[in-house]
Amino acid sequence: MRIIGVNREPSWLIFELFFPLLPICAFAFVYKSMNAPTDYLGFVILGGAMTAIWMNVLWGMAAQFFWERESGNLTLYMLCPMSTMAVLIGMAFGSAFSTFFRVIITFLIGKFLFGVTLHVASYFWLFVTFILTIAAVFSLGMMMASFFLIYGRDAWNILTVFMEPVFFMSGFYFPVKTLGYPLGALASLIPITLGLDSMRQLAFALGPETAFLPVKTEVAILVVLTVVYLAGAKYLLNKLEYLGRREGRLTLRWQ
Amino acid sequence: MAIAIKTNDLSRTFSDDGEKKGGLFWALRDVNIEIPDGMIFGLLGPNGAGKTTLIKILSTLLLPSAGEALVAGYNVDNEYDKIRPVINMVSGGENCGYGILTVAENLWMFTQFYGIPTKPAMKRIKELLEIMNLTEKADTKINKLSTGMRQKMNFIRGFVTDPKILFLDEPTLGLDVNAARETRKFVMNWVKTAEEPKTVILTTHYMQEADEMCDRLAIIDHGKILAEDTPRSLKKQESGGISYNITVGYKDFDAEGLRKIPGVASFAHSVLDEQGMIEMVFILQTDAALAKIIEKINSDGFSINNIQKTEFTLEDAFIKLVGRRLSNGESDAR
Repeated sequence: MRIIGVNREPSWLIFELFFPLLPICAFAFVYKSMNAPTDYLGFVILGGAMTAIWMNVLWGMAAQFFWERESGNLTLYMLCPMSTMAVLIGMAFGSAFSTFFRVIITFLIGKFLFGVTLHVASYFWLFVTFILTIAAVFSLGMMMASFFLIYGRDAWNILTVFMEPVFFMSGFYFPVKTLGYPLGALASLIPITLGLDSMRQLAFALGPETAFLPVKTEVAILVVLTVVYLAGAKYLLNKLEYLGRREGRLTLRWQ
Repeated sequence: MAIAIKTNDLSRTFSDDGEKKGGLFWALRDVNIEIPDGMIFGLLGPNGAGKTTLIKILSTLLLPSAGEALVAGYNVDNEYDKIRPVINMVSGGENCGYGILTVAENLWMFTQFYGIPTKPAMKRIKELLEIMNLTEKADTKINKLSTGMRQKMNFIRGFVTDPKILFLDEPTLGLDVNAARETRKFVMNWVKTAEEPKTVILTTHYMQEADEMCDRLAIIDHGKILAEDTPRSLKKQESGGISYNITVGYKDFDAEGLRKIPGVASFAHSVLDEQGMIEMVFILQTDAALAKIIEKINSDGFSINNIQKTEFTLEDAFIKLVGRRLSNGESDAR
């Protein structure tokens, strides 16, 4: 459904390609005016491109059950002889698939506009890090979706709280090392922080100089986060589905 | 005959507005029903009577607070994974599916949730689209459909998985007269001609629909089953009286006074907004009470528009049991 939707609703080109390019351009011009090395423009372009993932996780994954309940689909999903986890995994795959291409296209456009040169240390590890980041972030999104099943409207506020601070703390537009280790460690709970840091290390010549942690450590943490968030999503979904059935919240709207 | 649904002292409570005070609202209280395979079973009750709560429990969406409910022999509490493959539900006014997908794509998607292979699923979808006169809309995105067409699609979604037990919650809501008639015919035919027994649990606001379709009916109010039988027997059991419909010009009136007239077994009324009239339904023990009613109405300054003696209907039985009409709810009676 999500993949078909991307093809049938070309408005995403504006919202998810053009709009993310605007802040990228803003930060890129700042770095440019400061005569910062070109790699810093690359950091910004990569970070800006990755915002599509975080936005998609928040509004497409975490909030999805809320929308499904409002539309009446959730009731039907619950009636079906399938695991709710399968629905979540399907949503995550659909979102990850479409976001995957958006990130790459945004990055390539940014790279072309600002003439950024890549110095890839290892294409294999760059790809692994990218995929692992997507997996870990969408696993977190699945876990958040479970909360939404119960907390409904209140969750809107949580989403707003999660959006801008994460953009800041995860270092979308600057190396996270700048924040210092305590804040960086806290930000690392959002997998995109470590994913971005690793990809910058692997894709740009100046990347290793601004590294928060070694790539291998970050990859290992990303694997752990993926497993923990997936297990968390499964546990919470079961728990909250039971609570939902007990309290009647699976089918009641605007709770 | 096997039992499709059985409940034992089934109860469900919700916290009411007085949650802080520990207040409880009983949506269902000690409901005992037994529905054999292969029949259309109706649930009749005014809004808030507990019909939807009962359906939600039976369809595994809600847990009971007390008692037990068995669907296809499985307990809704802990065997819901065995119940879900054999049930489906269609609710009136439902807005399910994804607007960006076509009718056929949406229906196919739901068949996949039931693990039906694509080829037989598409064959079944095609057949049902034809039956529901929706074939030409198969490739239309559902956000382009009218309410009635969307309801037809929902209806097909309910049948496409060929469930053993189907819950129909106001299924003809939003359908035009012809479509509603076709839908009723289809449901009755589906139950009668099925190779394996099919059971339908129907809630409806249309008495005629219930009368026409249901093999058995339960009348429910305030979470309790007040009566359960065939429509014919219900009418017979409750028909200890003569039914009169009196339409009067709209005005505040003395309902209590009308109710207390000797010989009035039951009284309900509803406001016919569009006509600026009030329709009063009286169940009388004898015709003699009618004169007193007319006298009272006249003395209260009403203009009588119409008086009609009617056959004892299911609605009359309902009024007698529940004390108010099923539709146009502004009623009171005894």
